[in-house]
Amino acid sequence: MSSVDGKAPFNARQGLTARQVWAGIGLVLALILVWMVVAQWPAWLNGILISKRTFLTTLLNGLTLAGLYFLVASGFTLIFGLMRNVNLAHGSLYLLGAYVGYEVVSRTGMWLLGVAVACLVLAVVGLILQVLVFRRLEGDDLRQTLVTIGISIVAADMMIAVWGGNTYQITEPDWLSGAVRLPVVTTIRADGTAIFLAYPFFRLFVLFLAVAVGIGLWLMINRTRLGAMIRAGVNDRAMLSASGVNVHVVFAIVFALGAALAGLAGVIGGSALSVSPGEDVRYLLASLVVVIVGGMGSVTGAAIGAVLIGIAEQLGLVYFPTYGGVVTFLILVVALAVRPQGIMGK
Amino acid sequence: MTATRRTILALGASMAMAWPLTALASDPIRIGLLATFEGAFTALGEDGQRGAMAALAEFGAEAGGRPIEVIVASSTGAPDSALLAARRLVEQDGVSILVGPLSGSEGLAVRDYAREHPAVAFINGSSGAQDTTLRNPADNFYRFSTEGVQWMAGLGTYAYEERGYRTVAILGEDYSFPYSQVMGFMLEFCEAGGRVPAKFWVPIGTNDYSSVIAALPEDVDAIFVSLGGADAVNFLTQYQQSGGVAPLLAGSTTVDQTVLSAEGRLRTGLIGVASASPVAGTNDAPEWLEFVAAYRQQPGALAAPSLFAHAYYIGMKAALLAVEETGGDFGDNGENLHAALAGLEFVTPTGPVRLDHNRQAIADIFLTEIVEAEDGGLTSRIVRVTSGVNQTLGMDEAEFLAMGSPSRDNPSCE
Amino acid sequence: MSAASPRPAAGRSLPAAAPPGDPSVGAHLGLAAALLLLPAVASGFILVQIGAQSLILGLLALSLMVLAGYGGMISLAQITVAGIAGYTVAILGENSVAVHGFGWPWWLTVPVAITFAALGAALIGWISVRTQGIYTIMITLAIATAMSLFAQQNYTLFNGFEGFAGIPAPTLFGQRLRAPMAFYYLCLGVAALCYVAVLYGARSTFGLGLQATRDNQRRMRALGFDTTAHKVFAWFLAGIIAGLAGVLLVWFQGRISPGTIGVAAAINILVIAVVGGLRHPIGPFLGAVVVVLIQTFATDVVGAARHNTLIGITFLVIVYFSPDGLLGLWSRFQGQFRQNPLRPGDGA
Repeated sequence: MSSVDGKAPFNARQGLTARQVWAGIGLVLALILVWMVVAQWPAWLNGILISKRTFLTTLLNGLTLAGLYFLVASGFTLIFGLMRNVNLAHGSLYLLGAYVGYEVVSRTGMWLLGVAVACLVLAVVGLILQVLVFRRLEGDDLRQTLVTIGISIVAADMMIAVWGGNTYQITEPDWLSGAVRLPVVTTIRADGTAIFLAYPFFRLFVLFLAVAVGIGLWLMINRTRLGAMIRAGVNDRAMLSASGVNVHVVFAIVFALGAALAGLAGVIGGSALSVSPGEDVRYLLASLVVVIVGGMGSVTGAAIGAVLIGIAEQLGLVYFPTYGGVVTFLILVVALAVRPQGIMGK
Repeated sequence: MTATRRTILALGASMAMAWPLTALASDPIRIGLLATFEGAFTALGEDGQRGAMAALAEFGAEAGGRPIEVIVASSTGAPDSALLAARRLVEQDGVSILVGPLSGSEGLAVRDYAREHPAVAFINGSSGAQDTTLRNPADNFYRFSTEGVQWMAGLGTYAYEERGYRTVAILGEDYSFPYSQVMGFMLEFCEAGGRVPAKFWVPIGTNDYSSVIAALPEDVDAIFVSLGGADAVNFLTQYQQSGGVAPLLAGSTTVDQTVLSAEGRLRTGLIGVASASPVAGTNDAPEWLEFVAAYRQQPGALAAPSLFAHAYYIGMKAALLAVEETGGDFGDNGENLHAALAGLEFVTPTGPVRLDHNRQAIADIFLTEIVEAEDGGLTSRIVRVTSGVNQTLGMDEAEFLAMGSPSRDNPSCE
Repeated sequence: MSAASPRPAAGRSLPAAAPPGDPSVGAHLGLAAALLLLPAVASGFILVQIGAQSLILGLLALSLMVLAGYGGMISLAQITVAGIAGYTVAILGENSVAVHGFGWPWWLTVPVAITFAALGAALIGWISVRTQGIYTIMITLAIATAMSLFAQQNYTLFNGFEGFAGIPAPTLFGQRLRAPMAFYYLCLGVAALCYVAVLYGARSTFGLGLQATRDNQRRMRALGFDTTAHKVFAWFLAGIIAGLAGVLLVWFQGRISPGTIGVAAAINILVIAVVGGLRHPIGPFLGAVVVVLIQTFATDVVGAARHNTLIGITFLVIVYFSPDGLLGLWSRFQGQFRQNPLRPGDGA
């Protein structure tokens, strides 16, 4: 592995070999996975992994959780990539989005309206934060980060003041609730009837949504003028500014977009799981780990990091619950030791 | 900058403070109220405060001929912060009685601290760790509420004999309170002949249970769940969504009123779930109805008092009754107060309570079942009452102590 | 704060050489006299809960200040380092939870605890010096979280969620060290020792090398300095301070549990250091006094429930308006009254 010494840029040939090795390993893993989905499991495998249903459900849960993590972390990484602003109040934005979504949905009963309002409100909050707070501290990354810590402390307390310590759940619409039968046979009964894997539709929807948002972000960054500005800004802020682009407008748009994504994730998370105080820290830490593993500033990296962390978390919860939470951070440390800049980092 | 000035004033006051051991008859008696008003347990702390204040209102904020002044302090739910808050109440505000704290490990920390101030009476709020009063108890720490193991009285026997469950899997949060709930359940259930083939301990604060649900064994008769607050709401909803079939048995906090009144989809799947608890929603004893009426006077009251409101009410009421008995004169080292507390027996909203030699309550426990309330919400109905439950669930104390503290693997009957 | 910023600010002086607001000898003597005489007027509560607690948290923030102010590395893992020392004392010494508690005497547990803490700090440093600036914050936050999570889940070594209780402070020559006045003087002594050591160390060859590395790592490397070793050694030294604070912390509380070393505690230390100011070692202690006073007495001002808002707003206002914390405010205030036309621009 060429990257162990951290000074890889000049030995491209070795890097290529490493990539081939990784591709090979990936292919083998993929084949094993396909077999695990299609085949009837022998008893010894059931003995290790409890049952086919358990394993596949856990894997799917990992993927859908990854979808949620990606929605939160993509905003975080976008903001960081462009502004070098580690927004440690990103978790608070998530939680605020969830509460706003809850208020709207419980009053009107319209889930989509809740999503829209939460995104809009959070975009405005993000815009205000960028214009009133961060712009004044521009160039002083550390102070920006410290200010976000202060904001998250105050925001957490104010949200408890308004919404109390209760647990809320946002009711998802009927067309998204219920379970779907996936074309995967988990067991075949003695009488020959096959039992298919049932899975909650809403969680699949979370995954679809995350993929859609991911593709949307990719298209925006790589195919639009704004995206070109963002990419240029990530590489060299000063040059972007010098070439006549009003960087403040770009910053404001990106911050609003990042905050809106956090708000969207809040409503999704509040519908799939629940809303309560403390969720802000949970999703902040999740975003941090996802983004550090994936590479700060890279949306693709956030997607890869989210999948890794989401699956690791769910497998950990089922197969070694005692240290499941620690595994997440172990991945982080290993990732840092092997590739300090993250998987997709530059 | 009011903050600074007030702080300086407070500083000056404390520096000049001499201990008011010889109090005038008209001086107010200071009672400290320690509960959790920040972080994840905020809702529980707020309900605890409502309970305590309901007791205070019942006495017209006066006992033993002296006015009562209640000083509120907040902890985060962590033992360190409970310790800091208790020190502040005792050493700075000079309270003679402290009612609190809320959670199990906080109780252990406050119990240890109580030894440093033998004159002050420490009356437990709702903290339910068994060891607080069973192992290494403090002479001036009183618990008029029952604890985690006691709360399960009757459930194990009922599950085996009336529901006919023979094998039960366990799912709980991975810390001391669920360990003691599981112990309380298993002592009876295993004794009756049941088996517990699998236990799942998940980290506290887990919000996504769907994978855990998929991993629960399918060949058991029921699943015993001991999760609190948001964890309970998450699990119960997701269990329903993923079409969980095995019937549930619930720990006391899992189907507490704070969980039952959570907004959301939590509904039909819960009906019929059996649990045991020091409180029950549909209790038509007059004492209970009076208590509910007094509780509802408090701002922000829930549909029914939670077990936190109930525990804090009992703690505060015990404090006030003891003050009444001393006639407002605690003695030089609080000996009158301690004598009054140690011998105190009274009728709580949930039946009579008295203390054992470790100053731990012996009281009634309700075996309950979740039903739909008249207003469409959920509540718990009394199936039967187990009277006079003590801390060892009727076992010989030496034998009980020999089993060791509850833990992940203790007890066990695979 | 700007001292730790990666931006090469014009006219930035080395904090140790001529920092604005550097307390003079006279100020030091006055402060020392006031602190020594405090027990004559203050109650036991003030001495321990305000005095000793501020000194302990100040020590922790000082260990952060050493890394951030002189080394440009903001660490959120100082509480973790203190936790290593605290848990070591609980495990090797006495405790009342009947898990481990080997009953070693304090003169054995304390050096071992501090050695473990310093080595642990060096390890955390070795992992995180690969990163810079804000990355360091995030990685140390992750390490702190992982450590507290591990302690929470592990019963064989850390006794899980409950942790350890009943950890006594030693008795020395018949004097209980945990008695209010003795404990206050103990904390004061340790804090003064570390404070002087940091002041002295900052002017040593090593200290100057560390500050030079902070200002321009590439140039230092070109000059033949092993900058990584320099930084890791700084972590080691800061680890000694944090370890001492950890030992005092378990003696203060008599207990330690995963919550003691959790995320909230880690952020609290950062808040203290930043509120006080990171340019001079007196800053962390100043910040600690302010934060402890707010945490203890905010209940009287804003009610029990909302004191976090007060702390957060204080923190926000200070970060926003005074990059050098209270120290910066002080030097600005001083600057207005002192006639010194040759003085370079105040603050940042």
